[in-house]
Amino acid sequence: MNQYLLAVYDVEGQAAGVPSTAEEMQAFMGRVIALEEEMDRAGAFAFGGALHGPDAATVVSGGTGLDKVTTDGPFVEAKEHIGGFYIINAEDLDEALSWANKVVEAINHPIEVRPFRATGRVEAGD
Amino acid sequence: MDDIERTFREAHGQAVATLTRLFGDITLAEDAVQDAFVSALRRWPRDGVPDNPAGWIVATARNRAVDVVRRGRRGRELTEQLATDRLRVESATGPDDSGPMSDDQLRLIFTCCHPAIRVEHQVALTLRLIAGLTPAEVASAFLVSEATMLKRLVRAKSKVKAAHISYRVPDDAELPGRLRAVLSVLYLIYNAGADDVDRCDLRVEAIRLTRGLVTLLPGEPEAVGLLALMLLSDARMPSRGNGTHVVLLKDQNRSLWDRSLISTGQALVLACMRRRRLGPFQLQAAIQALHCAAPRYEDTDWSAIVRFYDRLLAVMPTAVVALNRAVAVAETDGPEAALALLDGVAGELDGYPLLHASRGSMLERLGRPHEAVQAYDRAAALARTDADISFLTHRSSHVTVDLDGSTGALS
Repeated sequence: MNQYLLAVYDVEGQAAGVPSTAEEMQAFMGRVIALEEEMDRAGAFAFGGALHGPDAATVVSGGTGLDKVTTDGPFVEAKEHIGGFYIINAEDLDEALSWANKVVEAINHPIEVRPFRATGRVEAGD
Repeated sequence: MDDIERTFREAHGQAVATLTRLFGDITLAEDAVQDAFVSALRRWPRDGVPDNPAGWIVATARNRAVDVVRRGRRGRELTEQLATDRLRVESATGPDDSGPMSDDQLRLIFTCCHPAIRVEHQVALTLRLIAGLTPAEVASAFLVSEATMLKRLVRAKSKVKAAHISYRVPDDAELPGRLRAVLSVLYLIYNAGADDVDRCDLRVEAIRLTRGLVTLLPGEPEAVGLLALMLLSDARMPSRGNGTHVVLLKDQNRSLWDRSLISTGQALVLACMRRRRLGPFQLQAAIQALHCAAPRYEDTDWSAIVRFYDRLLAVMPTAVVALNRAVAVAETDGPEAALALLDGVAGELDGYPLLHASRGSMLERLGRPHEAVQAYDRAAALARTDADISFLTHRSSHVTVDLDGSTGALS
């Protein structure tokens, strides 16, 4: 079994597909809950979450002075940013893509699918 | 190409596909097959070529890959497992090499043409792994350096491995879409061979692989349609000026057309018609079949061709299809109707030489020489091959003769 990251992309200023009324929000939540249950039953769901926007991001990097270590804002200033993600278990790319399709159907956002090179804790001698 | 090269090319595709199934690793499979070729070059001249050369290559490469895996970490468990479940079912000589494509190659071609891989990488992988061209040959098919092609192949193969793109024939639900990608790659390969007389072996490979798909997926009429399209196009190849100059369809010497290829292609088209599941490749083949059925250009059934273009446009609504339809409409409804249709796609196809060449031809027929010259000149500026450029320059200069009041050669 392999693991894949399904990164959900938000595009700034693009409101298409974003629930705007209480009814739409309810339907949206219903779709997401049903999908996550389906993932769980299939043993595909490893982790999932929604992120705060890039305004809430802080970058930590190496620098010479203390003030250079942390900076306010996202690492890459872009119109597109990751709004949330799933980590799923899948046999191969086709299986991962079919979950990605279902996520796109449920939330109407583009998804980037990336295979994990390694997961879990790094162990000595590996 | 000599016999040993031909044997290697055919054995390469089959051996890499089989080894990939056994070991699940394209790079390991390729390296092992390469080693087997080196042994063959050493041993065949001394001991004679074996009865089943492809089988010999597969068996030798398999032993080689087992050695490599055994030396690696966890190799012992893996080889023991392979020995118990999969290697045992292989016959001692490996699969026979009678068919144009093995089941293993069918699986691997779907891997090579997976939509998660960009199209030019799909083509490169297919030529290397399925058709068995050397990296240098693949590079020349793309008109890039061997170093560039090697890098491209490495990148494509590492995506297959990292993303775990599977080695299998897609299930029924996915098959039509995935097969379309495979057929498109084979058609790109064919057209690269049709556009350049020095690369005609690409046509041979494309036809060989498409024939293999037809044999292994007999329920898929689009594969049959593509095979028919390639055969009908190949049949007309001898009348197309050998790559040195352009000969328009209406000026082609039809006695040079290959009658036996035409009747094979037409029989395939008729079989498709009866199945009534006409997709884009079958419709394009039907149009070619109608062209091939006309003993003279004047005998062409243009209204039937326009009807097929209507259906093609419905399933494949692209600007290029609309352009080709417009050119056929010129023969049924006249150049003015055609020009209006061409102008409708002019914005989208502005960088496409055939649009301007077709506009030039319609304008010329409508007696608008100044605009015709402009259109031909634009087409010549965009054209890529020497044959196209000299043809278009010639057309342009002959329109100019008309301007002086002389009789134009094309009128």
